[in-house]
Amino acid sequence: MTASTLPAAPAADEAREENPWARAWRRLRRRKGAMVGLAVVILFVVLALGAPLIAPYDPIATSWSAVRKPPSWAHWLGTDEVGRDVLSRIIWGARASLSAGLVSVGIALAFGVPLGLLAGYAGGWIDALLSRMVDAMLAVPFLILAIALAAFLGPSLSNAMIAIGITATPVFVRLTRGQTLAAKVEDYVEAARAVGNPHWRIALRHVLPNIVPPLLVQASLAIAGAIIAEAALSFLGLGQQPPAPSWGSMLNSAQRFIEQAPWMAFWPGVAIFLAVLSFNLLGDGLRDALDPRHK
Amino acid sequence: MSALLEVAGLTKHFPVKRGAFGFVSGHVRAVDGVDFELRAGETLAIVGESGCGKSTVGRLVLRLLEPTAGSVRFEGEDLLALSDSAMRARRQRLQVIFQDPYASLNPRMTVGAMLAEPLMLHGLAGTDAARRARVGELLDLVGLRPDHARRYPHEFSGGQRQRLAIARALAVEPKLIVADEPVSALDVSIQAQVINLMRALQDRFGLAYIFISHDLAVVKHIADRIAVMYLGKIVETATTEALFRNPRHPYTRALLAAVPLPDPTATRERSLLEGDIPSAMNPPTGCRFHTRCRFAKDSCRRDEPELAASPADGDNGPADGDRGPADGDRGHLTACPWWREFPPASSIVEAAGQDQDRIRLARLQAAFVTAQREAP
Repeated sequence: MTASTLPAAPAADEAREENPWARAWRRLRRRKGAMVGLAVVILFVVLALGAPLIAPYDPIATSWSAVRKPPSWAHWLGTDEVGRDVLSRIIWGARASLSAGLVSVGIALAFGVPLGLLAGYAGGWIDALLSRMVDAMLAVPFLILAIALAAFLGPSLSNAMIAIGITATPVFVRLTRGQTLAAKVEDYVEAARAVGNPHWRIALRHVLPNIVPPLLVQASLAIAGAIIAEAALSFLGLGQQPPAPSWGSMLNSAQRFIEQAPWMAFWPGVAIFLAVLSFNLLGDGLRDALDPRHK
Repeated sequence: MSALLEVAGLTKHFPVKRGAFGFVSGHVRAVDGVDFELRAGETLAIVGESGCGKSTVGRLVLRLLEPTAGSVRFEGEDLLALSDSAMRARRQRLQVIFQDPYASLNPRMTVGAMLAEPLMLHGLAGTDAARRARVGELLDLVGLRPDHARRYPHEFSGGQRQRLAIARALAVEPKLIVADEPVSALDVSIQAQVINLMRALQDRFGLAYIFISHDLAVVKHIADRIAVMYLGKIVETATTEALFRNPRHPYTRALLAAVPLPDPTATRERSLLEGDIPSAMNPPTGCRFHTRCRFAKDSCRRDEPELAASPADGDNGPADGDRGPADGDRGHLTACPWWREFPPASSIVEAAGQDQDRIRLARLQAAFVTAQREAP
């Protein structure tokens, strides 16, 4: 037998050298629904950021000569009851909706993930206490709790975001806790202890990075929920305050003119529908792309 | 000569909780009074079936689990008395290799970060550059390339992953490595590579191993001493040579009889184990092995045997290869007072060794193996 048939050291496979995120992105690109969702999300983000440049009219400028005009070349999506351009208000309203989605989910992540990590990792009475609090909050329907909190904090867009964020927190606590419970019995966590890591470092360096994928999926789905919640709160007058535009408050003012000027209700509804659908598509795609069991 | 590790009366009972309120309905007696010691540079193998508590012993020694009772003295210091932070510092001297290299490496950490972490935690190799150099050195030591440091664990094969786990254990230059079934998740061809690597590293760094395994064929190649566990207790402990040549406890004999021989003409004792290991929640009274022992007597159901050098007179027999009574409990200990009455077990392992043809074949094979090794 010669050395050519018996390699002295096992040769590493040279083919793949990519980190887990690069692989997830490669798999995400293969999913049409997710890519459509991502494209629409990016479109809305561009609209929101570029609103001053893109919007054809001032979203709060009234015009008594153009009250409740149907869609035309001058006003592509029509005008509302005080003559404001619906398209411009939708473009500016994307700011309120998207920032409500992102900020409130950011709040939910900022509180939910550390608490869930603590509950799952520490266990014992800390876990019992946090879990009962979460159960209590989850027993109240999402919107009811958000409305109650927003009413308590007072009507404004930022208070609505805080209310939605707090309401969305328990889901993240529960998800993070469950994922942490599953991850902390993995051999690599025990190995991290054996190497001499302190507990906080195990939780942050070894558990957290491994539970990010499900959190990311939940976050993208929660953004969709938060956009709906913001629309609902604004519809009820607890979110964005007039005359500043938001899709929910546009729906609210449109309801009185639903027969005379249906475009006032139709386009904000379409915007909410598209934003929510695209975040959901993106979330579903992420779930598949980040799941190592899918090929 | 003082021991590196002294374990006495080590016990772990896991509470079993039932029902909605988590009332403790019983205890799983996973480890029930285990004593052993280990010298620097020595390999002690702990063998036994699944569920006998051997992995739990490994975790208790490392204090990855807190024992219910007993003591673990490492370099003369009681590990169980240490505070959390003091224990973390001691972990530099005690390391672990797990069974499944697919589970024991953090999938979201590069190899470089994984190997640098213990260095950072224990303040070894202070600068970034020194740490990088040490990571390259470690990879080289286990037969991988320094540029593998940028990769993630999923890019490696099982054998390579186990090499990475060994490199992580070696990073802090430990004195003792607990290897929990380090090769049982690997292909047989890779097993030999990893065992040889572990032996080479032991010679080079004077490591002591606690090698936990269910596979006596593997253990034979690495262990100096073997402790056989059954249902949370050690039933026999001896040097590897003595245990293979002259197994005393019926359980050891049954385990040895289950080791496959690479010789179709070999004849040997048929004493394969029947039935399952009894529940550790409710172990049998008396000798725990009596339910499966073909030599069991009435008294075995009643009296719990002690792990003893020799029941009557301390005469271990000239062929035993023992170090004699002067060596105290490092001799051949057996938790069965009746072992002398059993038929000789000489035929268990290498029974057909006298056969001339077989010897010639073995020489031929040995020549091939040597030639193969010498080939560049």
